[in-house]
Amino acid sequence: MMLFSRVIKEKIIVSVLAFCALLTVLTTIGILYVLLSEAFVFFTEVSIVDFLTDTQWTPLFADKHFGILPLLSGTFLTSLIAISVALPIGLTIAIYLNEYAHEQFKTVIKPILELLAAVPTVVYGFFALTVVTPFLQSFFPEMAGFNSLSAGFVMGIMIIPYVSSLSDDAISAVPISLRHGSLALGASRLQTAFRVIVPSAASGIIVSVLLAISRAVGETMIVAVAAGQQPRLTLNPLVPIETITTYIVQVSMGDVPQNSLEYRTIFAAGITLFVFTFILNNIGHWFNKKYHRKYE
Amino acid sequence: MNKRYETIKRAKDGAFKYFGLFCTFFGLIMLAIFIGNILFEGLGRLSWDFITSYSSRLPEKAGILSALMGTVWIMVMTALLAIPGGIGAAIYLEMYAKRTRFGNIVELNIANLAGIPSIIYGLLGLEIFTYQLQMGGSLLAGAMTLALLILPIIIVATREALKAVPRSLIEASFALGATKWQTIRRTVLPAASSGIITSVIIALSRAIGEAAPLIVVGALAYVPFVPTSPTSDFTVLPIQIFNWVSRPQKAFLVNASAAIIVLLCIVFFMNAIAVYLRIKKKIKY
Repeated sequence: MMLFSRVIKEKIIVSVLAFCALLTVLTTIGILYVLLSEAFVFFTEVSIVDFLTDTQWTPLFADKHFGILPLLSGTFLTSLIAISVALPIGLTIAIYLNEYAHEQFKTVIKPILELLAAVPTVVYGFFALTVVTPFLQSFFPEMAGFNSLSAGFVMGIMIIPYVSSLSDDAISAVPISLRHGSLALGASRLQTAFRVIVPSAASGIIVSVLLAISRAVGETMIVAVAAGQQPRLTLNPLVPIETITTYIVQVSMGDVPQNSLEYRTIFAAGITLFVFTFILNNIGHWFNKKYHRKYE
Repeated sequence: MNKRYETIKRAKDGAFKYFGLFCTFFGLIMLAIFIGNILFEGLGRLSWDFITSYSSRLPEKAGILSALMGTVWIMVMTALLAIPGGIGAAIYLEMYAKRTRFGNIVELNIANLAGIPSIIYGLLGLEIFTYQLQMGGSLLAGAMTLALLILPIIIVATREALKAVPRSLIEASFALGATKWQTIRRTVLPAASSGIITSVIIALSRAIGEAAPLIVVGALAYVPFVPTSPTSDFTVLPIQIFNWVSRPQKAFLVNASAAIIVLLCIVFFMNAIAVYLRIKKKIKY
């Protein structure tokens, strides 16, 4: 009897735990349902061809245009600037910590570097707007108060730990024998790093870049504070632009009634964002798997 | 000739060493400049009055009381919702469903969830919680959204903590006749507790800085009261900061600096506890 009730109890506990795990699946289903159902209604009112080819995004004005390209170009531009800051710095950090620095220095500095990713992003936005932009304006006097350059730059600083810690994992996984072989042939540590280690760790480094870009594409508050709210199809980093995420925030700050076309535009923008981050993440995971198999 | 090549090679190697050191500290130097600037701008504004006053149209009278209390409320509610679910899912995946088909699907799914931008969770909360479940822009809608957002973080980190529990401890418990659940509750969880607490703190410190999903769910920018129940309207510190930064008057930027000092103190304090627990645990094993 005692044993029987114990078995029942164990069964109940397992089901409760399984339900907790199921919650994550329900979250994904919920996200897909919400984005797809609202976007579906949106695309019955706005043609998908216009959405993908129109070069203006003005859903909140009298003359409405629903071209996602200006928001995409804003997102692309800020992410590109961010990764051009984070990749060289993050990769150099990973190489330095693995090939040059003392083990002890590495263990101390890694959690401190993670601090960069712990700072709330609205705080980074403030930094971009009030410190970086005025500083850059002394070099580019024509630079606007809101621009993608300082927002992208600060976002780059934020994602340094993503690039450095993932690249670090990839570089640590390179067999020590390769390192010894190169050094024994008389190569310096620098030559070993760039001609042996980095090529061997290339796929892991690419993963770190993809995941960092995905993080930058979805970043919201930095660009909402510092990059402006003017959808514009441009690659000029000195003028105000608007990203997909900023647009969603802009609409949410105002009073938009549910079941209106304006309300649905944020879901159409959201599904575009979702598709891009989903592709970036999954290429990343796919690469990651492939690369882990290589050394097993 | 060969000697010269050697010299150049060494010089490059040495130069890269310093460049590496520079890069390592580059981000941190930027952070230091920024924190210095914030302290310079905001420290003078920080006072007991600033913490205990409501938001106002007049910058010199405005305070962060409603935002601070909103942050506290949302943190407690998010923790209550996310911690049991996150730890439960982690236990299930690590102890029961390892390498089963369902386990693999959930695992892949969690990897994907962790990469979804936080603002997308906001859209989920807006449609499901705010409108379909008719919660409006309440604390409950906000906390449920943030709980879903940090669930994958808690699960992944808790699994790491469970993995670190020595196999011998688990075998010993089974050998004494304990059931699987008894083993988990009395042996595995206590052994993994500091790792789990670390993961929860890290996840909550991430949630505390989030503004975007809460703005989308319908949190307000101007709230002249302290929330009294889970169905109250609310605002949080990051949204208050965003609101002040968006205004043209310089005095509001000073307010934003002062509010940032408060927010950073909370975030850094939580991270410090997490790092301390991690170091303590390392010594133990």
